[in-house]
Amino acid sequence: MFDSLTGKLQKVFRDLRGLGRISDSNIAEALREVRVALLDADVNFKVARDFVERVREKAIGQEVIQSIQPGQQVIKIIHDELVELLGAGNVQLNLGGTPSAILMIGLHGSGKTTTCGKLARILKKEGRAPMMVAADVYRPAAVDQLVTLGRKIDVPVVAKPGENDVLVIARDAIDFARANQRQVVIFDTAGRLHIDEPLVQELVRLRDAVKPTEILLVLDAATGQEAVNVATHFDKALGITGAVLTKLDGDARGGAALSFKAVVGKPIKLAGVGERLEDLEPFDPERMAQRILGMGDVVALVERAAETIDAQKALEMEERLRKGQFTLEDFLAQLRQMRKLGPLEELVGLLPGGAEIAKHADLSKGEKDFRRMEGIICAMTPQERRNPQILNARRRMRIAAGSGVKVSDVNALLHRFNQMQQMMKKMGKLQKMIAKFGGAPPPGMFPR
Amino acid sequence: MGLFQKLKEGLGKTHSRLVHEIRRIVTGSPRLTGTTLEQLEAALLGADIGRAVTAQIVNSVKEAYESKGNQGADVLSIARDIVERSLSNHSTDLARAESGLTVVSVVGVNGTGKTTTCAKLAEYVKKRGQKPMLAACDTFRAAAIEQLKLWGQRLDVPVVAGTYNADPASVAHDAVTAAMARGADYLFVDTAGRLHTKNNLMQELQKVHRVMGKKLQGAPHEVLLVIDATTGMNALNQAREFHKAVSVTGLVITKLDGTSRGGMVVAIHKELALPVKFIGVGEQIDDLQPFNAADFASALFQV
Repeated sequence: MFDSLTGKLQKVFRDLRGLGRISDSNIAEALREVRVALLDADVNFKVARDFVERVREKAIGQEVIQSIQPGQQVIKIIHDELVELLGAGNVQLNLGGTPSAILMIGLHGSGKTTTCGKLARILKKEGRAPMMVAADVYRPAAVDQLVTLGRKIDVPVVAKPGENDVLVIARDAIDFARANQRQVVIFDTAGRLHIDEPLVQELVRLRDAVKPTEILLVLDAATGQEAVNVATHFDKALGITGAVLTKLDGDARGGAALSFKAVVGKPIKLAGVGERLEDLEPFDPERMAQRILGMGDVVALVERAAETIDAQKALEMEERLRKGQFTLEDFLAQLRQMRKLGPLEELVGLLPGGAEIAKHADLSKGEKDFRRMEGIICAMTPQERRNPQILNARRRMRIAAGSGVKVSDVNALLHRFNQMQQMMKKMGKLQKMIAKFGGAPPPGMFPR
Repeated sequence: MGLFQKLKEGLGKTHSRLVHEIRRIVTGSPRLTGTTLEQLEAALLGADIGRAVTAQIVNSVKEAYESKGNQGADVLSIARDIVERSLSNHSTDLARAESGLTVVSVVGVNGTGKTTTCAKLAEYVKKRGQKPMLAACDTFRAAAIEQLKLWGQRLDVPVVAGTYNADPASVAHDAVTAAMARGADYLFVDTAGRLHTKNNLMQELQKVHRVMGKKLQGAPHEVLLVIDATTGMNALNQAREFHKAVSVTGLVITKLDGTSRGGMVVAIHKELALPVKFIGVGEQIDDLQPFNAADFASALFQV
């Protein structure tokens, strides 16, 4: 999406170089494209309109820097503006008070209960003493769900099955927290519509009873134009202190984040990025801006790579690569490391424009190829791996039989490996040249 | 209470705001200028109707105004007709196997209301005098099985469940076997919520369906994709991916009782031609209604 947006903008600005300035007339068309991109990302239409207006004001009159393309310059303005709007830096949770209370509120199915568990897990890891309160008295088995989560992460849960009065539960919970020295009390409330007045009033009473330091609105990243109404209603009634954006592991662009920030002005504090209990992260406005614009999440890719790849090993491998001593053993190690990073389609999705690619190409086939290659190499003897030249026809036949493929597959792999080796040698030379001239690679913000 | 009334009540917030907005725009400037059309476009987009259908409506309004002048351009009825036309032409009744058991698989992303919808569907066929059963194939989310079991108790409908972390396909297999043995008319299979971007989870779902198909020819006879009405344009991605993986046969739109417009139904229908079969308009067990295009369009634009 971003690629197409960039492409369109570049087309619009193709003739701009000669003019030297971004003007009213040549930006109008570009901003229409931007507006469409924002609407496709589910940014509220009013928010999108105001946003585009702000970008227009900033962009007009700017001189086109000779070195970069005007289209990218506009994108940069948009990107910076988005980041600024989404909140510079991340805002910490306010955990003052003894005990401090956190209310989780939101629509049905936005992920409140799961987020409670994830948050409790993080707090516990930080060395605090959290506890959870099952204050969802409506949904069948909601209490069981929280109790199960509490058991998994070994955090106490106050639950009173059969009790219908949230206030009674809340009072008991606070007493329990005092008696057991729990520092943070997380309340899992029932999902409710923002316009359901009686239920919202119940939340107001709960707030007045427990005096929370944080009231977090749990918001599904896929929420559409509604996000604005939901956020304003809850904020008016309760005075929320921030939001948690959930289900960011899907492909929703998350325009709801921008809508929320624009109308309520409160920070988004946390982001839910998966089904497992570890999958809760501090919210990162920069990454969110790139996501809304469809720029992919290069940061996440790098982070994940850093997590899984052994730095020492990588260095050794690089050294060998440079010397042209790349063997099939290294190839195997590389393959395995790639696979450890996660499914191919997920990785590609993190790259700029990758989401589009992943949609069109059948990447699970690539995944299969990887597994097959691994199998073939595993069927070789260590000697063969280090020294592929000795692979004669008999050996190849044995390997094919051993890994359950055809001899032609083995040949294809070896051919590929040879090509790679050639390329590596060239790359090694190139790297030496670059190092000689001292040129650092350009900052990778706008690939292509 | 009639169906139409109920639907209208559920969609109440939707239409009142949208209709109010459109009326304000049209009466404010009866001579349809460029700004008026832009405002109209914004109002429709705000209902999540999507860019394609919005453009269609705006163009029709413009055309009608140009050819017939002020009188011909009744914005609301033009909009209603377009929405109704693009939604009808499909049967919306729940599929029925030629004989014996009908298996209905209920799928969707996390938190759209699959479990509740299963329960509501069971109640719906029970009221028609048929015998439903429920299968708790969400073995992943904490307490999902208990949730369905509680519904089963309340409705007096038998529930087949496995243990947590069990293979959902094996639970599905057992459920189909049990339902056939007990002579049930319908089996509603509650699957775990999964994001459409997770290939491995989509494959798991394909396996569940494959296993049921082996046990009973033609099963699942109906695959209902549950979509939360508050979802925006991502609903289209969800529908596209689920359809690609498991051949969805119909949609259920839930949580239409909020201020959300459920406009993306129109967008989904336009691209994938998937019929909406049911809509959820409340938290009560009988708040699941068969979908009716004309009623939906009328309720949306209150003509």
